[in-house]
Amino acid sequence: MALDKITRVSGRAVCVPGNDIDTDRIIPARFMKCVTFDGLGEFLFYDVRKNADGSDKPHPLNEPRFKGASILLSGMNFGCGSSREHAPQALQKHGFRAVIAEGFAEIFLGNSTTLGMPCVTASREDIARIAAAVEKDPTLAVVIDLVAKTVSFAGQSAPIAVRESARDALVNGRWDPIGELIEGASDASAIATKLQYMSA
Amino acid sequence: MAKTLFEKVWDAHTVRTLANGQTQLLIGTHLIHEVTSPQAFGMMRDLGLKVAMPHRTFATVDHIVPTDQVSEPYADPLADAMIKELRRSCKEFGITFFDRSTGKQGIVHIVGPEQGITQPGTTIACGDSHTSTHGAFGAIAFGIGTTQIRDVLATQTMALGRLKVRRIEVNGKLRPGVYAKDVILHIIATLGVNGGTGYAYEYAGEVFDRFSMEERMTVCNMSIEGGARAGYVNPDETTFSYLKGRPYSPKGAAWDSAVARWKAVASDPGCTYDDVVKINAADIAPTVTWGINPGQGVPITGTIPDPLKASSADERSSIEEALAYMKLKPGAPIKGTKIDVAFLGSCTNGRLSDFQEVARFLKGRKVAAGVKAIAVPGSQGVGLICAELGIDKVFRDAGFEWRSAGCSMCLAMNPDKLVGDQLCASSSNRNFKGRQGSPTGRTILMSPIMVAAAAVTGSVADAREVFGVSAN
Repeated sequence: MALDKITRVSGRAVCVPGNDIDTDRIIPARFMKCVTFDGLGEFLFYDVRKNADGSDKPHPLNEPRFKGASILLSGMNFGCGSSREHAPQALQKHGFRAVIAEGFAEIFLGNSTTLGMPCVTASREDIARIAAAVEKDPTLAVVIDLVAKTVSFAGQSAPIAVRESARDALVNGRWDPIGELIEGASDASAIATKLQYMSA
Repeated sequence: MAKTLFEKVWDAHTVRTLANGQTQLLIGTHLIHEVTSPQAFGMMRDLGLKVAMPHRTFATVDHIVPTDQVSEPYADPLADAMIKELRRSCKEFGITFFDRSTGKQGIVHIVGPEQGITQPGTTIACGDSHTSTHGAFGAIAFGIGTTQIRDVLATQTMALGRLKVRRIEVNGKLRPGVYAKDVILHIIATLGVNGGTGYAYEYAGEVFDRFSMEERMTVCNMSIEGGARAGYVNPDETTFSYLKGRPYSPKGAAWDSAVARWKAVASDPGCTYDDVVKINAADIAPTVTWGINPGQGVPITGTIPDPLKASSADERSSIEEALAYMKLKPGAPIKGTKIDVAFLGSCTNGRLSDFQEVARFLKGRKVAAGVKAIAVPGSQGVGLICAELGIDKVFRDAGFEWRSAGCSMCLAMNPDKLVGDQLCASSSNRNFKGRQGSPTGRTILMSPIMVAAAAVTGSVADAREVFGVSAN
């Protein structure tokens, strides 16, 4: 199946500030009792968005003005902790198409890329500038350009960094590697037969 | 040319370079559990794919199992559906399943080593970030997402970028009352929760040379808490004697040739590392966390940090956020913090030696009034040996609830959960907000012996004082 070539992501943005936002916070473990990823979107950031009785806490994602945002802004080490793909799945099912942060945890970045959701880094100052512009006008279009490696907003522009293997996979429409891996499967079994522990 | 273990294992399992520059890496051993695999099997069915090497995938059930109920159906219909789904998928795709009826079930990172499936020089993947545990054997072990589980099921390979290697050497002697858990909490507090991003950690030095396999597993387990995707210890005689005679270990002549291969896979003298960090064992104290990530730790004799004394605005806000959540006072000693729950178990510290060591000190003691204490063996195998040795009785007599094997209160996807803002002294690996099942629940990470000390005193305590551990 042909995958979309993801060269740019354009949309409204919302900032969920903080460093080390872990995957338990993104999707609490109790919502992983499921056999499909469908429906995870409504539980995104659940425990920081909702009180025990289901009423809203103050949180950017609860503010009507940020409804429909598809680009998430955050701090350092975003997505640390568990390997649960439920975290990027919940973001994607909630409507997010990309994340701009100061840095990402390794497994989260890989999982997101495989879902076609770019994780790009920008400097703290630039993220603060975007957040300020969005705060002023939440309807503002923020455009991530993976070819030019820039993010533009409100007539301004800032550089972004993307891991090269992820950027290549996204812009060339090969972010889900299953097709390529299957092509290599016979080479893989040839190596496996030479490894004693795999043939036993 | 001299190579690290990581390079040797990576090279031996490299299938080819993919178009985006990543490596198609052969995964020798694939471990699965009920939480992150059902969607992968769903994708397999949707795409009409077969499991490429079903004999190289092993399944067990750990996250959702109730530790106080063995019979099915489980009280929680969602949990019940998940175990049945895994059973169905294993049957359909021809995968070995260490189900609860086999007596071999347990936390996936305890079962693999226990069965002798985890071996030196191999690549291992599992849909769980604590897969790094298996690195204790000199394997390169990766936590992966569900789509990657699909990739491994369908092709026995996955796409991955090569990691850099940081050698972390801990030399000298640990002081009495200092354990493997303290070593890794100290490493994470030193290098930071994202200090390992892009790295595999090679743990080495005199302390690791002396460590048992179970102690090595405790350290490798929490590599991911330091941001490292993988962590390993070079295999040695300790590794080989642990593996000898286990169900999936090589036998007879195959054993001898395996040991020769395993010896050869260790990092060569004179190999080059991307980074080297040296830590003096004597500098490591019994360590406990005070915050909401595993890097926020202090020696038990230390005080809760004061945000006003923070060295940066960033640090200040992260201390403030943590203390507001933990309801702790800046500047106060961490020792004496009242606890509600004591949890002993998890893939970090749910092994035989953890319970053995605690039992030595717990004998004749009682859990403090008002503290709920639970001990959860990491596998049915661990539970069985504890019963044979009378260890379960020591725990029960002390007032601990002795449960059956599972992840239990480490992540509370089962009935074992904190309630409200209860504070838990926990031998597990994460103190994130809400981690132990209550959105306002609080976790203090520590070694098993420190959990026991907290359980019997009712507050965070120095196990060396409580149990009279001295330098003599």
